Amino acid sequence: MESEHQIPIWFFIGCILLIYGIIVMATGVYLWVAPPPEEARVKLYEYHADVWWGAVLILFGGLYCVRFWPSNVSKRQSFRR
Amino acid sequence: MNAVLLAATDALGQSERLLPVGPIDWLIIVIYFLVVLAIGFYLKRFTATGEDFFLAGRKMTAWIAGLSFISANLSSLETMGWSAMAYQYGMLAAHAYLIGAIPAILFLAIVMMPFYYICRTHSVPGYLKLRYGEGARLLAGISFAFMTVLVSGASMFAMAKVLKLLLGWDIHSSIWVASLTVAIYVALGGLISAVFNEVLQFFLIWFGSLLIPILGLIHAGGWKGMMEKINHNVSAIHPNLQGADFTSLWSNLGSFDANPMGIDWFGMVFGLGLAVSFGYWCTDFLQVQRVIVAKSLRSAQNGTVIGAVLKMCVPLIVTIPGLLGLAVLTNPDGSLMVLVPQNDPRAEITHRTFNDVLPLLMGQYLGPGLLGLGVTAMIAGFMSGMAGNVSAFATVWTYDVYRPLINRNASDRHYVAMGRWCAIVGVLISIGTAYTLFWFGNILAFLQVLVFFFIVPLFGVVILGMLWKRATPAAGFWGFLVAILFSVATWVFVHTFPDGHRPQPQIIIRQYQAEDGNARAEEPIVRLQSQTDPAGRERITRIVVERGRVLATNVPIPGQSQNVVFLSGKWTIQQPTDLPPQVPHPGREKPFDLRVLAPKVVDAQTGRETRFGVDGAAVVLLPGVQVEASEIVHYFNPAAFNPAHVRYVARSEKAQEMAVNMYSAFWTLCVCVIVAVVVSLFTKPKPESELKNLVMGLTPLPDEGPCPWYERPMLWAAVVAIVLVAINILFW
Repeated sequence: MESEHQIPIWFFIGCILLIYGIIVMATGVYLWVAPPPEEARVKLYEYHADVWWGAVLILFGGLYCVRFWPSNVSKRQSFRR
Repeated sequence: MNAVLLAATDALGQSERLLPVGPIDWLIIVIYFLVVLAIGFYLKRFTATGEDFFLAGRKMTAWIAGLSFISANLSSLETMGWSAMAYQYGMLAAHAYLIGAIPAILFLAIVMMPFYYICRTHSVPGYLKLRYGEGARLLAGISFAFMTVLVSGASMFAMAKVLKLLLGWDIHSSIWVASLTVAIYVALGGLISAVFNEVLQFFLIWFGSLLIPILGLIHAGGWKGMMEKINHNVSAIHPNLQGADFTSLWSNLGSFDANPMGIDWFGMVFGLGLAVSFGYWCTDFLQVQRVIVAKSLRSAQNGTVIGAVLKMCVPLIVTIPGLLGLAVLTNPDGSLMVLVPQNDPRAEITHRTFNDVLPLLMGQYLGPGLLGLGVTAMIAGFMSGMAGNVSAFATVWTYDVYRPLINRNASDRHYVAMGRWCAIVGVLISIGTAYTLFWFGNILAFLQVLVFFFIVPLFGVVILGMLWKRATPAAGFWGFLVAILFSVATWVFVHTFPDGHRPQPQIIIRQYQAEDGNARAEEPIVRLQSQTDPAGRERITRIVVERGRVLATNVPIPGQSQNVVFLSGKWTIQQPTDLPPQVPHPGREKPFDLRVLAPKVVDAQTGRETRFGVDGAAVVLLPGVQVEASEIVHYFNPAAFNPAHVRYVARSEKAQEMAVNMYSAFWTLCVCVIVAVVVSLFTKPKPESELKNLVMGLTPLPDEGPCPWYERPMLWAAVVAIVLVAINILFW
């Protein structure tokens, strides 16, 4: 499933989570700085879930991107051989 | 039951769509589609042979096999559907992820996987061919291929309706965009592509859904707070189930009355825990295909055990949101939101349905960006389930129908091309099924139980074949066929009404319609009288219809002479006509409450537009009001159960749909095993030399060499089993 020529699935997962994390966190920070009117806010707005959940996505996605970066994976595989 | 159903008016009245998706959310959704298509194009170069296309090259690691195994099952209809079940049945819905899954998955890993893996079959029908012969294989292959595309179409139809309801998306666009994306990436990369995307979708589903239980539990004041709120709210949400316990897993299964499902422990253990669960997890090829293609037997077994662990975690994002719906789901004004079943005529008029509980919670807690992530999780779930169906269809059609019946000696390249075309054709047939359902929506209920008709009998013959070498080819075929017929007959039996079934009397108030059939722009006008009940809620007690058209079903409406009673026909009211709040029904002790639905009317007192639904209110029709009356009597209705028949199948007249399905599955399994055993005793078994690697006792396990303790499937299966027992005791 992950031959030496194939980019690992984990890399794709890391990339998409990283991109989503940046979008979600940036949106959350914007909404923190410029809060929407009271009636347009979601419940528990004061917890700013978008900011810290975006941070979790960035952390998780970033780790996967670095760990499974195609050239890093190839190096590890040739080292094992 | 008298109930004013205005509670959800605001939620429905302000906007047709439930979730306010903005540009940021759209960006997230578009990125998702681009990534899955890019993966499909990227993987095409790795699918040159049939083994690559249909079996992902048999190179999958345990983790990828496990993630794909669970992801193929984690469709958004599954997550939304089981959240709805938790709202309807409380904690009992979690059994689907505990006793209704884990023992069967562990059994597949430890007992059945060696047979599937060692005989090198490419599908479950393929195993039947080796064990019983061509007859059983063809019956399983054709029924599975047929069932897969029909169920896929039904899911597509349901999903398009959901996206329309939630996001305001055009139904046709939803169907075509999502399904063609799936067709492209499965046709390009086969099972590898399906598996890659399933693993990706698994992460998106979790990251898009996990915030809801986290925020919901904070909002509810923790687990204890949620349970207290459920116990407080449930009498208002489920007034027909007074006294039923919604917060226990087992302590409420002592009698049929003590729980909202109308089931007892026997039905739960043997119906769900044995028949449904083992049938689904051990023999549904959609699931099994994901793990039998692992790179080694040990990886296949460990992958399946990993799948069991992941499955046990799914209640976090499915059951808890359903329970949170009972605890903290509120209207914009802060009052408790009450949801109703899908088949309730008030659904989508004055009330949201059980199925909306998860999206409603998303709308309650998720702002821009996070909402896009949540919606992407739903779409990912839908496409993941569909890709699973399509890739399984391509394999079974090519290997178990096309090759033995139509073209036995073609090249490997030809079969790969056939597989690619199958992916596209499978999607097109699914789309055709989805469009058929627009016109014949009442068969949806039938399609959703179709899976029960085949997988339980299939499990019966497969397990007998694996564990009993005396089981004969004739037994495999006849046990399978008779059990399918029995299962269908049971379903027909519980939906049959020999004395006729009249739906509850109801009237719907609509716009006036001219002779040429066009509705006039004038809104219907009503005058309402209401009272405040002891609980402090305002209750409509009398409705005077001053203008408009009334669609009446099973309502006796007095004619001009006051002696003539019309049940069907079309006329205009000439003098004020009173309809009583209760309608007597022949053969029924209590009269029916008259149900009145007004999706869009003008209140004569305020001059404002309003909508409502009410049971048991008196109605007065003033002169000039049009009446279109009809009488409906069903002798067979797939959407309704006959309690008199249900008690023979599910041992109680109070059994709900889930309970009936569980008991039906159990009896089907019994019939399958009995028929197969009896036929085996009178027919000739295969010689033992032909059963090598197929039957217990004749299948030596291969030596895969030494492995560290943490890679032993048996150890982790035991750990998972202990955790399962602990969870059941904890939430007893």
